[in-house]
Amino acid sequence: MATPATDANALIHARGLTKRFANLTAVDAIDFDVGRGEAFGFLGPNGAGKTSTMRMIGCVSSPSAGTLRVLGMDPDENGPRIRARLGVVPQSDTLDVELHVDENLLTYARYFGIRRDVAKRRAEQLLDFVQLRDRARDDVEFLSGGMKRRLTIARALVNEPELLLLDEPTTGLDPQARHLVWDRLYRLKQQGVTIVLTTHYMDEAEQLCDRLVVMDKAKIVAFGSPRSLIEQYSTREVLELRFPIDTTPALDKLDGLSERIEVLPDRVLLYTSDGEAAAVAVHSRGLRPESSLVRRSTLEDVFLRLTGRSLIE
Amino acid sequence: MTGALRVLEHHLFIYRRTWKGSIFMSFVSPVLFLTAMGVGLGSLISSGPVRTVDGVSYVAFLAPGLLAATAMQSAYVETTYPIMARMQWLRTYDGMLATPIRVLDVLAGEFGWLAVRLALSSCAFFLVMVLFGTVHSGLGLLAIVVAVLTGLAFGAPIFAFTATQRTDTSFALIGRLLITPLFLLGGVFFPIHQLPQLVQGIAWITPLAHGVALARGLAVGVASPTAGIHLAVLLAYVAIGIVVARITLQRRLVP
Repeated sequence: MATPATDANALIHARGLTKRFANLTAVDAIDFDVGRGEAFGFLGPNGAGKTSTMRMIGCVSSPSAGTLRVLGMDPDENGPRIRARLGVVPQSDTLDVELHVDENLLTYARYFGIRRDVAKRRAEQLLDFVQLRDRARDDVEFLSGGMKRRLTIARALVNEPELLLLDEPTTGLDPQARHLVWDRLYRLKQQGVTIVLTTHYMDEAEQLCDRLVVMDKAKIVAFGSPRSLIEQYSTREVLELRFPIDTTPALDKLDGLSERIEVLPDRVLLYTSDGEAAAVAVHSRGLRPESSLVRRSTLEDVFLRLTGRSLIE
Repeated sequence: MTGALRVLEHHLFIYRRTWKGSIFMSFVSPVLFLTAMGVGLGSLISSGPVRTVDGVSYVAFLAPGLLAATAMQSAYVETTYPIMARMQWLRTYDGMLATPIRVLDVLAGEFGWLAVRLALSSCAFFLVMVLFGTVHSGLGLLAIVVAVLTGLAFGAPIFAFTATQRTDTSFALIGRLLITPLFLLGGVFFPIHQLPQLVQGIAWITPLAHGVALARGLAVGVASPTAGIHLAVLLAYVAIGIVVARITLQRRLVP
Protein backbone atom coordinates (compact mmCIF):
# COMPACT_ATOMS: atom_id res chain seq x y z
CA MET A 1 0.00 0.00 0.00
CA ALA A 2 1.32 3.41 -0.93
CA THR A 3 2.05 5.95 1.69
CA PRO A 4 0.14 9.19 1.35
CA ALA A 5 2.01 11.57 -0.87
CA THR A 6 3.43 14.68 0.65
CA ASP A 7 3.69 17.96 -1.21
CA ALA A 8 7.44 17.61 -1.67
CA ASN A 9 7.36 14.54 -3.90
CA ALA A 10 3.87 15.02 -5.34
CA LEU A 11 3.68 14.62 -9.11
CA ILE A 12 0.29 16.28 -9.06
CA HIS A 13 -0.71 18.76 -6.38
CA ALA A 14 -4.21 20.26 -6.31
CA ARG A 15 -5.76 22.58 -3.73
CA GLY A 16 -9.22 24.08 -4.14
CA LEU A 17 -9.11 23.04 -7.78
CA THR A 18 -12.24 24.31 -9.50
CA LYS A 19 -13.60 24.24 -13.05
CA ARG A 20 -16.64 26.31 -13.91
CA PHE A 21 -18.40 26.42 -17.25
CA ALA A 22 -21.05 28.98 -18.19
CA ASN A 23 -23.80 27.65 -15.95
CA LEU A 24 -22.20 24.64 -14.33
CA THR A 25 -19.52 23.94 -11.76
CA ALA A 26 -17.93 20.75 -13.04
CA VAL A 27 -15.22 20.53 -10.37
CA ASP A 28 -15.84 22.21 -7.03
CA ALA A 29 -12.74 23.03 -4.97
CA ILE A 30 -11.14 19.60 -4.71
CA ASP A 31 -7.83 18.80 -2.97
CA PHE A 32 -5.56 15.86 -3.78
CA ASP A 33 -1.93 14.86 -4.24
CA VAL A 34 -0.56 12.09 -6.41
CA GLY A 35 2.88 10.73 -5.56
CA ARG A 36 5.51 9.29 -7.89
CA GLY A 37 4.96 5.64 -8.78
CA GLU A 38 1.41 5.61 -7.51
CA ALA A 39 -1.69 4.35 -9.25
CA PHE A 40 -4.34 6.88 -8.35
CA GLY A 41 -8.01 6.67 -9.25
CA PHE A 42 -10.98 8.99 -9.64
CA LEU A 43 -14.09 6.93 -9.07
CA GLY A 44 -17.55 8.30 -9.69
CA PRO A 45 -20.63 8.22 -11.88
CA ASN A 46 -20.90 10.01 -15.22
CA GLY A 47 -20.99 13.76 -14.73
CA ALA A 48 -19.16 13.69 -11.39
CA GLY A 49 -16.32 15.88 -12.72
CA LYS A 50 -13.73 13.19 -13.40
CA THR A 51 -13.06 14.09 -17.02
CA SER A 52 -12.92 17.83 -16.28
CA THR A 53 -10.32 17.09 -13.60
CA MET A 54 -8.31 14.93 -16.00
CA ARG A 55 -8.40 17.63 -18.67
CA MET A 56 -7.01 20.16 -16.20
CA ILE A 57 -4.23 17.76 -15.20
CA GLY A 58 -3.57 17.14 -18.91
CA CYS A 59 -3.13 20.91 -19.42
CA VAL A 60 -5.88 21.19 -22.03
CA SER A 61 -8.33 22.98 -19.78
CA SER A 62 -7.49 25.92 -17.58
CA PRO A 63 -8.59 25.81 -13.92
CA SER A 64 -11.19 28.44 -12.99
CA ALA A 65 -9.82 28.69 -9.46
CA GLY A 66 -7.45 26.98 -7.04
CA THR A 67 -3.90 25.71 -7.31
CA LEU A 68 -2.71 23.00 -9.66
CA ARG A 69 0.87 21.80 -10.10
CA VAL A 70 1.73 18.99 -12.47
CA LEU A 71 5.32 17.69 -12.39
CA GLY A 72 6.01 20.70 -10.20
CA MET A 73 4.92 23.19 -12.86
CA ASP A 74 1.93 25.45 -13.44
CA PRO A 75 -0.14 24.14 -16.39
CA ASP A 76 -1.16 27.68 -17.39
CA GLU A 77 2.45 28.70 -17.85
CA ASN A 78 4.15 25.47 -18.90
CA GLY A 79 1.44 23.47 -20.70
CA PRO A 80 3.60 22.23 -23.60
CA ARG A 81 6.56 21.42 -21.31
CA ILE A 82 4.32 19.39 -18.98
CA ARG A 83 2.51 17.65 -21.83
CA ALA A 84 5.87 16.58 -23.28
CA ARG A 85 6.22 14.32 -20.21
CA LEU A 86 2.63 13.08 -20.03
CA GLY A 87 0.87 10.19 -21.72
CA VAL A 88 -2.84 10.70 -22.26
CA VAL A 89 -5.48 8.07 -23.01
CA PRO A 90 -8.67 10.05 -23.62
CA GLN A 91 -12.17 8.77 -23.00
CA SER A 92 -12.91 8.32 -26.70
CA ASP A 93 -10.12 7.21 -29.01
CA THR A 94 -8.56 9.91 -31.17
CA LEU A 95 -6.67 7.55 -33.46
CA ASP A 96 -5.97 8.54 -37.03
CA VAL A 97 -8.29 6.36 -39.09
CA GLU A 98 -6.57 7.43 -42.29
CA LEU A 99 -3.33 5.77 -41.18
CA HIS A 100 -2.06 2.27 -40.50
CA VAL A 101 -1.62 1.02 -36.95
CA ASP A 102 2.15 1.59 -36.88
CA GLU A 103 1.86 4.95 -38.66
CA ASN A 104 -0.37 6.15 -35.85
CA LEU A 105 2.55 5.68 -33.48
CA LEU A 106 5.11 7.20 -35.85
CA THR A 107 3.18 10.39 -36.57
CA TYR A 108 2.26 10.81 -32.92
CA ALA A 109 5.91 10.52 -31.93
CA ARG A 110 6.68 13.39 -34.29
CA TYR A 111 4.41 15.73 -32.29
CA PHE A 112 6.88 15.22 -29.46
CA GLY A 113 9.78 15.92 -31.78
CA ILE A 114 11.08 12.35 -31.47
CA ARG A 115 13.50 11.46 -34.26
CA ARG A 116 12.11 9.15 -36.92
CA ASP A 117 14.53 6.27 -36.32
CA VAL A 118 13.90 6.40 -32.57
CA ALA A 119 10.15 6.57 -33.19
CA LYS A 120 10.32 3.52 -35.44
CA ARG A 121 12.14 1.49 -32.82
CA ARG A 122 9.75 2.54 -30.07
CA ALA A 123 6.72 1.83 -32.24
CA GLU A 124 7.90 -1.75 -32.69
CA GLN A 125 8.48 -2.22 -28.97
CA LEU A 126 5.12 -0.69 -28.09
CA LEU A 127 3.23 -2.81 -30.59
CA ASP A 128 4.82 -5.85 -28.95
CA PHE A 129 3.86 -4.53 -25.55
CA VAL A 130 0.18 -4.12 -26.43
CA GLN A 131 0.19 -7.30 -28.54
CA LEU A 132 -0.61 -5.66 -31.85
CA ARG A 133 2.62 -6.49 -33.71
CA ASP A 134 0.84 -8.65 -36.27
CA ARG A 135 -1.67 -5.87 -37.00
CA ALA A 136 1.01 -3.21 -37.61
CA ARG A 137 0.16 -2.70 -41.29
CA ASP A 138 -3.62 -2.84 -40.88
CA ASP A 139 -5.94 0.12 -41.14
CA VAL A 140 -7.11 1.32 -37.75
CA GLU A 141 -10.77 1.06 -38.69
CA PHE A 142 -10.52 -2.74 -38.90
CA LEU A 143 -9.39 -3.09 -35.28
CA SER A 144 -11.78 -4.22 -32.55
CA GLY A 145 -12.68 -1.85 -29.73
CA GLY A 146 -10.20 -3.52 -27.39
CA MET A 147 -7.40 -3.33 -29.98
CA LYS A 148 -8.07 0.35 -30.60
CA ARG A 149 -7.88 0.96 -26.88
CA ARG A 150 -4.55 -0.86 -26.67
CA LEU A 151 -3.25 1.14 -29.63
CA THR A 152 -4.33 4.35 -27.90
CA ILE A 153 -2.41 3.24 -24.82
CA ALA A 154 0.64 2.42 -26.94
CA ARG A 155 0.40 5.84 -28.54
CA ALA A 156 0.25 7.50 -25.13
CA LEU A 157 3.53 5.74 -24.24
CA VAL A 158 5.46 6.81 -27.32
CA ASN A 159 7.20 9.66 -25.45
CA GLU A 160 8.05 7.39 -22.47
CA PRO A 161 5.89 9.48 -20.10
CA GLU A 162 6.48 9.77 -16.37
CA LEU A 163 2.79 10.21 -15.79
CA LEU A 164 0.07 8.33 -17.62
CA LEU A 165 -3.48 9.74 -17.56
CA LEU A 166 -6.27 7.34 -18.52
CA ASP A 167 -9.88 8.51 -18.78
CA GLU A 168 -12.11 5.44 -18.47
CA PRO A 169 -9.57 3.10 -20.06
CA THR A 170 -11.86 0.07 -20.34
CA THR A 171 -15.36 1.49 -20.74
CA GLY A 172 -17.20 -0.43 -23.43
CA LEU A 173 -14.69 -3.30 -23.62
CA ASP A 174 -15.59 -6.96 -23.16
CA PRO A 175 -14.23 -8.73 -20.05
CA GLN A 176 -11.34 -10.37 -21.86
CA ALA A 177 -10.22 -7.10 -23.43
CA ARG A 178 -10.50 -5.35 -20.07
CA HIS A 179 -8.27 -7.90 -18.37
CA LEU A 180 -5.64 -7.52 -21.07
CA VAL A 181 -5.64 -3.73 -20.59
CA TRP A 182 -5.43 -4.13 -16.81
CA ASP A 183 -2.51 -6.49 -17.19
CA ARG A 184 -0.60 -3.98 -19.36
CA LEU A 185 -1.34 -1.13 -16.95
CA TYR A 186 -0.16 -3.25 -14.06
CA ARG A 187 3.13 -3.89 -15.89
CA LEU A 188 3.59 -0.19 -16.49
CA LYS A 189 3.06 0.47 -12.80
CA GLN A 190 5.71 -2.15 -12.04
CA GLN A 191 8.07 -0.23 -14.34
CA GLY A 192 7.55 2.85 -12.20
CA VAL A 193 5.11 4.80 -14.36
CA THR A 194 2.73 6.91 -12.29
CA ILE A 195 -0.83 6.19 -13.33
CA VAL A 196 -3.90 8.35 -12.86
CA LEU A 197 -7.17 6.93 -14.08
CA THR A 198 -10.87 7.59 -13.93
CA THR A 199 -13.41 4.84 -13.89
CA HIS A 200 -16.94 4.05 -12.91
CA TYR A 201 -16.08 0.39 -12.46
CA MET A 202 -15.37 -0.52 -8.86
CA ASP A 203 -13.54 -3.69 -9.85
CA GLU A 204 -11.21 -1.65 -12.06
CA ALA A 205 -10.42 0.72 -9.21
CA GLU A 206 -9.88 -2.19 -6.81
CA GLN A 207 -7.62 -3.98 -9.27
CA LEU A 208 -5.43 -1.07 -10.22
CA CYS A 209 -5.49 1.75 -7.70
CA ASP A 210 -3.28 2.16 -4.66
CA ARG A 211 -5.36 5.12 -3.63
CA LEU A 212 -8.47 6.70 -4.97
CA VAL A 213 -10.93 9.47 -4.42
CA VAL A 214 -14.65 9.03 -4.82
CA MET A 215 -16.22 11.95 -6.68
CA ASP A 216 -19.86 12.89 -6.76
CA LYS A 217 -21.47 16.09 -8.01
CA ALA A 218 -18.15 17.89 -8.58
CA LYS A 219 -16.81 17.16 -5.09
CA ILE A 220 -14.59 14.55 -3.47
CA VAL A 221 -16.75 12.62 -1.03
CA ALA A 222 -14.14 10.11 0.22
CA PHE A 223 -10.54 9.13 -0.30
CA GLY A 224 -8.21 6.32 0.70
CA SER A 225 -7.08 2.89 -0.47
CA PRO A 226 -9.83 0.61 -1.83
CA ARG A 227 -9.45 -1.59 1.27
CA SER A 228 -9.57 1.24 3.76
CA LEU A 229 -12.59 2.78 2.05
CA ILE A 230 -14.44 -0.51 2.28
CA GLU A 231 -13.46 -0.92 5.91
CA GLN A 232 -14.51 2.61 6.71
CA TYR A 233 -17.78 2.82 4.84
CA SER A 234 -19.02 -0.74 4.49
CA THR A 235 -19.18 -4.09 6.28
CA ARG A 236 -17.11 -7.15 5.56
CA GLU A 237 -19.91 -8.97 3.75
CA VAL A 238 -23.11 -8.20 1.92
CA LEU A 239 -26.19 -10.38 1.64
CA GLU A 240 -28.06 -9.68 -1.58
CA LEU A 241 -31.69 -10.76 -1.58
CA ARG A 242 -33.92 -10.84 -4.62
CA PHE A 243 -37.64 -11.21 -4.01
CA PRO A 244 -40.32 -12.16 -6.55
CA ILE A 245 -41.72 -9.06 -8.29
CA ASP A 246 -43.98 -6.92 -6.08
CA THR A 247 -43.41 -9.06 -3.00
CA THR A 248 -40.49 -7.21 -1.42
CA PRO A 249 -41.30 -7.40 2.31
CA ALA A 250 -41.75 -4.41 4.54
CA LEU A 251 -38.42 -3.20 5.87
CA ASP A 252 -39.43 -3.85 9.49
CA LYS A 253 -39.44 -7.57 8.71
CA LEU A 254 -35.71 -7.30 8.02
CA ASP A 255 -35.08 -5.13 11.05
CA GLY A 256 -32.14 -6.04 13.24
CA LEU A 257 -30.66 -8.55 10.82
CA SER A 258 -27.84 -6.31 9.67
CA GLU A 259 -25.99 -3.09 10.38
CA ARG A 260 -27.54 -1.35 7.42
CA ILE A 261 -30.08 -2.03 4.66
CA GLU A 262 -30.17 -0.67 1.11
CA VAL A 263 -33.31 -1.20 -0.96
CA LEU A 264 -32.56 -1.06 -4.67
CA PRO A 265 -35.21 -1.38 -7.40
CA ASP A 266 -34.34 -5.03 -8.00
CA ARG A 267 -32.58 -6.12 -4.80
CA VAL A 268 -32.32 -5.64 -1.07
CA LEU A 269 -28.77 -5.40 0.32
CA LEU A 270 -28.06 -6.34 3.93
CA TYR A 271 -24.70 -5.10 5.23
CA THR A 272 -23.32 -7.46 7.85
CA SER A 273 -20.11 -9.04 9.06
CA ASP A 274 -21.57 -12.52 8.56
CA GLY A 275 -23.67 -12.96 5.44
CA GLU A 276 -24.45 -16.65 5.94
CA ALA A 277 -25.83 -16.04 9.42
CA ALA A 278 -28.00 -13.22 8.10
CA ALA A 279 -29.34 -15.46 5.33
CA VAL A 280 -30.32 -18.10 7.88
CA ALA A 281 -32.03 -15.45 9.99
CA VAL A 282 -33.99 -14.17 6.97
CA HIS A 283 -35.34 -17.65 6.33
CA SER A 284 -36.15 -18.22 10.01
CA ARG A 285 -38.43 -15.15 9.83
CA GLY A 286 -40.45 -16.89 7.17
CA LEU A 287 -39.20 -14.73 4.28
CA ARG A 288 -38.71 -16.56 1.00
CA PRO A 289 -36.41 -14.60 -1.36
CA GLU A 290 -36.17 -15.84 -4.91
CA SER A 291 -32.41 -15.84 -4.57
CA SER A 292 -29.82 -14.88 -2.00
CA LEU A 293 -26.13 -14.25 -2.46
CA VAL A 294 -23.37 -13.58 0.03
CA ARG A 295 -20.44 -11.55 -1.28
CA ARG A 296 -17.59 -9.34 -0.13
CA SER A 297 -18.17 -5.61 0.11
CA THR A 298 -16.92 -3.64 -2.87
CA LEU A 299 -16.38 0.00 -3.69
CA GLU A 300 -19.87 -0.03 -5.19
CA ASP A 301 -21.19 -0.46 -1.65
CA VAL A 302 -18.98 2.40 -0.49
CA PHE A 303 -20.40 4.59 -3.18
CA LEU A 304 -23.96 3.57 -2.39
CA ARG A 305 -23.37 4.37 1.26
CA LEU A 306 -21.87 7.77 0.45
CA THR A 307 -24.34 8.95 -2.15
CA GLY A 308 -27.38 6.70 -1.91
CA ARG A 309 -27.00 5.94 -5.60
CA SER A 310 -25.45 3.27 -7.78
CA LEU A 311 -22.33 4.15 -9.73
CA ILE A 312 -23.69 3.04 -13.08
CA GLU A 313 -27.16 4.40 -13.51
CA MET B 1 6.87 27.29 -35.09
CA THR B 2 8.24 23.75 -34.93
CA GLY B 3 4.84 22.66 -33.58
CA ALA B 4 3.12 24.03 -36.69
CA LEU B 5 5.63 22.22 -38.90
CA ARG B 6 4.81 18.95 -37.13
CA VAL B 7 1.11 19.46 -37.80
CA LEU B 8 1.98 20.14 -41.44
CA GLU B 9 4.16 17.03 -41.51
CA HIS B 10 1.18 15.00 -40.32
CA HIS B 11 -0.88 16.21 -43.28
CA LEU B 12 1.92 15.47 -45.71
CA PHE B 13 2.21 11.98 -44.23
CA ILE B 14 -1.46 11.32 -44.97
CA TYR B 15 -1.23 13.04 -48.37
CA ARG B 16 1.39 10.51 -49.50
CA ARG B 17 -1.48 8.12 -50.00
CA THR B 18 -3.80 10.32 -52.00
CA TRP B 19 -1.61 12.81 -53.86
CA LYS B 20 -1.82 11.13 -57.26
CA GLY B 21 -5.59 11.25 -57.45
CA SER B 22 -5.66 14.72 -55.98
CA ILE B 23 -3.18 16.16 -58.50
CA PHE B 24 -4.96 14.43 -61.38
CA MET B 25 -8.26 16.02 -60.36
CA SER B 26 -6.54 19.41 -60.22
CA PHE B 27 -5.99 19.12 -63.98
CA VAL B 28 -9.38 17.70 -64.90
CA SER B 29 -11.49 20.61 -63.71
CA PRO B 30 -9.67 23.42 -65.58
CA VAL B 31 -9.41 21.36 -68.77
CA LEU B 32 -13.17 20.74 -68.75
CA PHE B 33 -14.09 24.32 -67.90
CA LEU B 34 -11.74 25.98 -70.36
CA THR B 35 -12.83 23.60 -73.11
CA ALA B 36 -16.57 23.96 -72.55
CA MET B 37 -16.89 27.57 -71.47
CA GLY B 38 -13.74 29.06 -72.93
CA VAL B 39 -13.41 27.37 -76.29
CA GLY B 40 -17.02 26.26 -76.81
CA LEU B 41 -18.86 29.33 -75.59
CA GLY B 42 -15.90 31.53 -76.48
CA SER B 43 -16.17 30.63 -80.20
CA LEU B 44 -19.75 31.99 -80.19
CA ILE B 45 -18.51 35.24 -78.70
CA SER B 46 -15.59 35.60 -81.10
CA SER B 47 -17.91 35.07 -84.08
CA GLY B 48 -20.46 37.55 -82.70
CA PRO B 49 -20.56 41.35 -82.78
CA VAL B 50 -18.28 41.97 -79.73
CA ARG B 51 -15.58 39.37 -80.58
CA THR B 52 -13.58 40.07 -77.38
CA VAL B 53 -14.30 40.68 -73.72
CA ASP B 54 -12.42 43.53 -72.08
CA GLY B 55 -10.08 43.47 -75.04
CA VAL B 56 -9.04 39.78 -74.96
CA SER B 57 -10.47 36.50 -76.25
CA TYR B 58 -13.16 35.02 -74.04
CA VAL B 59 -11.02 32.05 -72.96
CA ALA B 60 -8.21 34.42 -71.96
CA PHE B 61 -10.72 36.52 -70.03
CA LEU B 62 -12.25 33.49 -68.34
CA ALA B 63 -9.15 31.46 -67.37
CA PRO B 64 -7.56 33.70 -64.69
CA GLY B 65 -10.96 34.37 -63.10
CA LEU B 66 -11.64 30.67 -62.97
CA LEU B 67 -8.21 30.12 -61.42
CA ALA B 68 -9.11 32.42 -58.51
CA ALA B 69 -12.65 31.05 -58.19
CA THR B 70 -11.39 27.47 -58.10
CA ALA B 71 -9.08 28.38 -55.24
CA MET B 72 -12.08 29.87 -53.43
CA GLN B 73 -14.05 26.65 -53.87
CA SER B 74 -11.17 24.43 -52.76
CA ALA B 75 -10.64 26.56 -49.68
CA TYR B 76 -14.34 26.36 -48.83
CA VAL B 77 -14.31 22.57 -49.10
CA GLU B 78 -11.05 22.22 -47.14
CA THR B 79 -12.09 24.45 -44.24
CA THR B 80 -15.55 23.02 -43.58
CA TYR B 81 -16.07 19.24 -43.46
CA PRO B 82 -12.43 18.12 -43.04
CA ILE B 83 -11.89 20.62 -40.21
CA MET B 84 -15.12 19.51 -38.55
CA ALA B 85 -13.89 15.92 -38.83
CA ARG B 86 -10.52 16.63 -37.24
CA MET B 87 -12.09 18.86 -34.59
CA GLN B 88 -15.11 16.78 -33.61
CA TRP B 89 -15.81 13.58 -35.52
CA LEU B 90 -12.30 12.07 -35.33
CA ARG B 91 -10.94 14.30 -32.54
CA THR B 92 -7.58 14.53 -34.28
CA TYR B 93 -6.92 17.92 -32.67
CA ASP B 94 -7.61 16.57 -29.18
CA GLY B 95 -4.95 13.95 -29.87
CA MET B 96 -2.49 16.62 -31.01
CA LEU B 97 -3.19 18.86 -28.03
CA ALA B 98 -2.32 16.06 -25.60
CA THR B 99 1.27 16.54 -26.84
CA PRO B 100 3.45 19.68 -26.77
CA ILE B 101 1.44 20.93 -29.79
CA ARG B 102 -0.54 24.12 -28.96
CA VAL B 103 -3.77 25.48 -30.45
CA LEU B 104 -1.71 28.09 -32.28
CA ASP B 105 0.40 25.32 -33.82
CA VAL B 106 -2.73 23.50 -34.99
CA LEU B 107 -4.00 26.69 -36.59
CA ALA B 108 -0.70 27.60 -38.24
CA GLY B 109 -0.24 24.02 -39.44
CA GLU B 110 -3.73 23.94 -40.94
CA PHE B 111 -3.29 27.24 -42.78
CA GLY B 112 0.14 26.17 -43.94
CA TRP B 113 -1.35 22.97 -45.30
CA LEU B 114 -4.23 24.86 -46.92
CA ALA B 115 -1.70 27.13 -48.64
CA VAL B 116 0.27 24.11 -49.89
CA ARG B 117 -2.86 22.47 -51.28
CA LEU B 118 -4.00 25.70 -52.94
CA ALA B 119 -0.56 26.23 -54.43
CA LEU B 120 -0.46 22.69 -55.86
CA SER B 121 -3.90 22.89 -57.48
CA SER B 122 -3.27 26.45 -58.71
CA CYS B 123 0.00 25.36 -60.34
CA ALA B 124 -1.86 22.60 -62.13
CA PHE B 125 -4.50 25.09 -63.23
CA PHE B 126 -1.84 27.51 -64.42
CA LEU B 127 -0.21 24.81 -66.52
CA VAL B 128 -3.53 24.19 -68.23
CA MET B 129 -3.86 27.94 -68.83
CA VAL B 130 -0.46 27.98 -70.52
CA LEU B 131 -1.52 25.06 -72.73
CA PHE B 132 -4.67 26.94 -73.73
CA GLY B 133 -2.54 29.95 -74.59
CA THR B 134 -4.25 32.25 -72.13
CA VAL B 135 -1.16 33.52 -70.31
CA HIS B 136 0.05 36.64 -72.10
CA SER B 137 2.66 37.86 -69.65
CA GLY B 138 5.55 36.53 -67.61
CA LEU B 139 3.97 38.23 -64.63
CA GLY B 140 1.17 35.72 -65.10
CA LEU B 141 3.06 33.36 -62.81
CA LEU B 142 2.14 35.68 -59.96
CA ALA B 143 -1.51 34.79 -60.62
CA ILE B 144 -0.73 31.55 -58.75
CA VAL B 145 0.14 33.59 -55.65
CA VAL B 146 -3.05 35.62 -56.09
CA ALA B 147 -5.08 32.41 -56.33
CA VAL B 148 -3.55 31.11 -53.09
CA LEU B 149 -4.30 34.43 -51.40
CA THR B 150 -7.88 34.39 -52.69
CA GLY B 151 -8.31 30.86 -51.32
CA LEU B 152 -6.91 31.90 -47.94
CA ALA B 153 -9.13 35.01 -47.91
CA PHE B 154 -12.11 32.64 -47.93
CA GLY B 155 -10.50 29.80 -45.99
CA ALA B 156 -9.50 31.84 -42.94
CA PRO B 157 -12.93 33.34 -42.16
CA ILE B 158 -14.71 30.06 -43.00
CA PHE B 159 -12.31 28.19 -40.69
CA ALA B 160 -13.12 30.70 -37.95
CA PHE B 161 -16.82 29.99 -38.49
CA THR B 162 -16.37 26.21 -38.66
CA ALA B 163 -14.69 26.28 -35.24
CA THR B 164 -17.95 27.59 -33.75
CA GLN B 165 -20.14 24.87 -35.27
CA ARG B 166 -21.32 21.66 -33.58
CA THR B 167 -22.95 20.16 -36.68
CA ASP B 168 -22.29 20.37 -40.41
CA THR B 169 -25.74 21.69 -41.39
CA SER B 170 -24.62 25.26 -42.11
CA PHE B 171 -21.81 24.21 -44.44
CA ALA B 172 -24.17 23.47 -47.33
CA LEU B 173 -25.74 26.87 -46.73
CA ILE B 174 -22.37 28.60 -47.12
CA GLY B 175 -22.00 26.77 -50.41
CA ARG B 176 -25.42 27.76 -51.71
CA LEU B 177 -25.63 31.31 -50.42
CA LEU B 178 -22.02 32.42 -50.70
CA ILE B 179 -19.73 30.27 -52.80
CA THR B 180 -22.02 29.41 -55.72
CA PRO B 181 -23.46 32.93 -56.17
CA LEU B 182 -19.96 34.40 -56.07
CA PHE B 183 -18.72 31.81 -58.53
CA LEU B 184 -21.50 32.81 -60.94
CA LEU B 185 -21.64 36.56 -60.32
CA GLY B 186 -18.20 37.46 -58.99
CA GLY B 187 -16.71 38.54 -62.30
CA VAL B 188 -15.45 35.15 -63.45
CA PHE B 189 -17.69 34.57 -66.48
CA PHE B 190 -18.44 38.17 -67.46
CA PRO B 191 -17.26 41.60 -66.33
CA ILE B 192 -18.79 42.75 -63.07
CA HIS B 193 -19.72 46.13 -64.61
CA GLN B 194 -22.47 44.37 -66.55
CA LEU B 195 -24.35 43.74 -63.31
CA PRO B 196 -26.83 46.13 -61.59
CA GLN B 197 -25.11 48.68 -59.32
CA LEU B 198 -26.28 47.01 -56.10
CA VAL B 199 -24.99 43.57 -57.08
CA GLN B 200 -21.71 45.14 -58.18
CA GLY B 201 -21.38 46.69 -54.74
CA ILE B 202 -21.97 43.36 -53.04
CA ALA B 203 -19.48 41.60 -55.31
CA TRP B 204 -16.76 44.13 -54.44
CA ILE B 205 -17.26 43.54 -50.70
CA THR B 206 -16.21 39.90 -51.05
CA PRO B 207 -12.64 38.78 -51.75
CA LEU B 208 -13.42 36.94 -54.99
CA ALA B 209 -13.93 39.99 -57.24
CA HIS B 210 -10.59 41.38 -56.04
CA GLY B 211 -8.79 38.08 -56.57
CA VAL B 212 -10.25 37.74 -60.04
CA ALA B 213 -9.31 41.31 -61.02
CA LEU B 214 -5.74 40.84 -59.80
CA ALA B 215 -5.25 37.45 -61.43
CA ARG B 216 -6.73 38.67 -64.70
CA GLY B 217 -4.53 41.73 -64.84
CA LEU B 218 -1.44 39.60 -64.26
CA ALA B 219 -2.33 36.88 -66.78
CA VAL B 220 -3.45 39.26 -69.53
CA GLY B 221 -0.56 41.61 -68.83
CA VAL B 222 -2.57 44.77 -68.21
CA ALA B 223 -1.47 46.75 -65.20
CA SER B 224 -4.45 47.70 -63.08
CA PRO B 225 -4.38 51.02 -61.22
CA THR B 226 -6.44 49.44 -58.44
CA ALA B 227 -4.13 46.43 -57.93
CA GLY B 228 -2.97 47.77 -54.57
CA ILE B 229 -6.54 47.97 -53.28
CA HIS B 230 -7.32 44.44 -54.45
CA LEU B 231 -4.25 43.09 -52.72
CA ALA B 232 -5.05 45.00 -49.53
CA VAL B 233 -8.60 43.61 -49.42
CA LEU B 234 -7.35 40.05 -49.85
CA LEU B 235 -4.69 40.45 -47.17
CA ALA B 236 -7.22 42.02 -44.79
CA TYR B 237 -9.58 39.05 -45.17
CA VAL B 238 -6.72 36.62 -44.52
CA ALA B 239 -5.46 38.55 -41.48
CA ILE B 240 -8.85 39.12 -39.87
CA GLY B 241 -9.90 35.53 -40.60
CA ILE B 242 -6.79 34.14 -38.90
CA VAL B 243 -7.16 36.39 -35.86
CA VAL B 244 -10.81 35.40 -35.38
CA ALA B 245 -10.02 31.71 -36.05
CA ARG B 246 -7.35 31.88 -33.35
CA ILE B 247 -10.05 32.95 -30.88
CA THR B 248 -12.82 30.58 -31.96
CA LEU B 249 -10.55 27.53 -32.19
CA GLN B 250 -9.01 28.25 -28.79
CA ARG B 251 -12.49 28.50 -27.25
CA ARG B 252 -13.57 25.34 -28.95
CA LEU B 253 -10.60 23.11 -28.19
CA VAL B 254 -9.53 24.40 -24.78
CA PRO B 255 -12.76 25.53 -23.09
